[in-house]
Amino acid sequence: MQAGMLIIGAGECGGRAALALRDLGFEGPVTLVGDEPHLPYERPPLSKEAMTGTAPAIKAIATDALFAERSIRHIHSVRAVAIDRAGHVVQLSDGSSLSYDKLLLATGSVPRQLPMPGLGGRCVYLRTFNDALAIRAHLSAGNRVAIIGGGFIGLELAASARKLGATVTVIEAQPRILMRGVPAEIAEIIHKAHEAEGVTIRTGQGIAAIADDGKEVAITLADGQRIVADLVVIGIGAVPVTALAAEAGLAIDNGIAVDEHLRTADPDIFAAGDCCSFPLAVYGGRRVRLEAWRNAQEQGALAAKNMLGAGEAHAAVPWFWSDQYGLTLQIAGLSDEGKSIVRRDLDDGAFILFHLAEDGRLVAASGIGPGNAVARDIRLAEMLIAKRASPAPEALGAQAVKLKSLLAA
Amino acid sequence: MSDWVEACAAGDIDEEDVMRFDHSGRTFAIYRSPDDEYFATDGLCTHEKVHLADGLVMDDIIECPKHNGRFNYKTGDARGAPVCVNLKTYPVKVDAGKILIQIG
Repeated sequence: MQAGMLIIGAGECGGRAALALRDLGFEGPVTLVGDEPHLPYERPPLSKEAMTGTAPAIKAIATDALFAERSIRHIHSVRAVAIDRAGHVVQLSDGSSLSYDKLLLATGSVPRQLPMPGLGGRCVYLRTFNDALAIRAHLSAGNRVAIIGGGFIGLELAASARKLGATVTVIEAQPRILMRGVPAEIAEIIHKAHEAEGVTIRTGQGIAAIADDGKEVAITLADGQRIVADLVVIGIGAVPVTALAAEAGLAIDNGIAVDEHLRTADPDIFAAGDCCSFPLAVYGGRRVRLEAWRNAQEQGALAAKNMLGAGEAHAAVPWFWSDQYGLTLQIAGLSDEGKSIVRRDLDDGAFILFHLAEDGRLVAASGIGPGNAVARDIRLAEMLIAKRASPAPEALGAQAVKLKSLLAA
Repeated sequence: MSDWVEACAAGDIDEEDVMRFDHSGRTFAIYRSPDDEYFATDGLCTHEKVHLADGLVMDDIIECPKHNGRFNYKTGDARGAPVCVNLKTYPVKVDAGKILIQIG
């Protein structure tokens, strides 16, 4: 009997991969194993709508009924504990085992832990829907929330907490917020938006000590200042979940190392989404790992194709967004590939920074503005980046020149 | 009901572009195709209620500005993840340089 396709990890990536296998016409067994009790769901709302909405609910990628209709077996609340590569069998935490013809590791990432003594039950992380519910319970008006880490999760949570009336302090060790991947000019807009909404931001501040007595948490900053909070949320990045792959002898290189087909050195094992590092074709094969919703979705679909033998290489341009208050940030490409910047101003204070390589090639575009003001131009920029285009800087900088016209050139 | 409502002037929308139109508490997106025909759909994406008028039109596809859900705006067909529910479309006619849509 055919063992079929086994997917470990039932998040955005794994869920999309399972559906894609059926979309592509695969008729054998498809099994999706996840350690959460929920259906596969979208994580972006966890820091936003799940906090501020009246009745928080998971935004499921598919219903139980759809999985049943498409003969996708979803096993929840169970972890994979070992892979027997020779036998093509995965052992699960409930003592059972599943065999596979092809295996996809979509194990995702988990929050990076703050390596400090003194953390207690009021010091939490955000990754899952259940984490979100626990945080939400503390975000009422008048409560004091300290957020360690001025990255996307921390800042989106800060915006949600303010909306609910909590007092919010963000503590960032780096000299500014959003150091990783966001240009200073855009980070400054976001910084000012938070201050205007009443958030206190302390940058360049290490943490000397944390004391959680179960009722409140006292944080002592490097400069001696003390911040007392009812809840501390730690958002200092994520680390890929690689132990299962590593113990099976697969190579780890800032994530489960895969080739451009998302395949590991074992021809029957693939990895996709937050857990894997892969060569990014648009930058000459630079090895990267992306923690982004769209990447998880696209790589899930691509892995499904390649599990069926398509041999299709990854070609997408990285893209992500963040919503805070009325502002949306969108970035296409990796801005650290750029050497110079051209600015294009749009209506309503929105603008886009185009990042050009030394040879003039467009390698990234970062935009910010109210609502979806930058969306269309960022999407066009993404297409220009994918084409490896080198548009004239004057054209990029002039709002009157439509980016679509540069695409046709 | 089969009311035709005036939405805008034909020249208000560029070729291969989209515009927002609000009427009686409802919101729509009106498209001009590369071959100079006009179409109309509900304004909000079926995934997360984001307005499509900020999206990108390429040929006969409108792409949601937030999550890149794609629809054929001529038929309303959803074209892949994350959208799975089709978009409602409305009849459009051009009359004396005005775009009319039947929203009944």
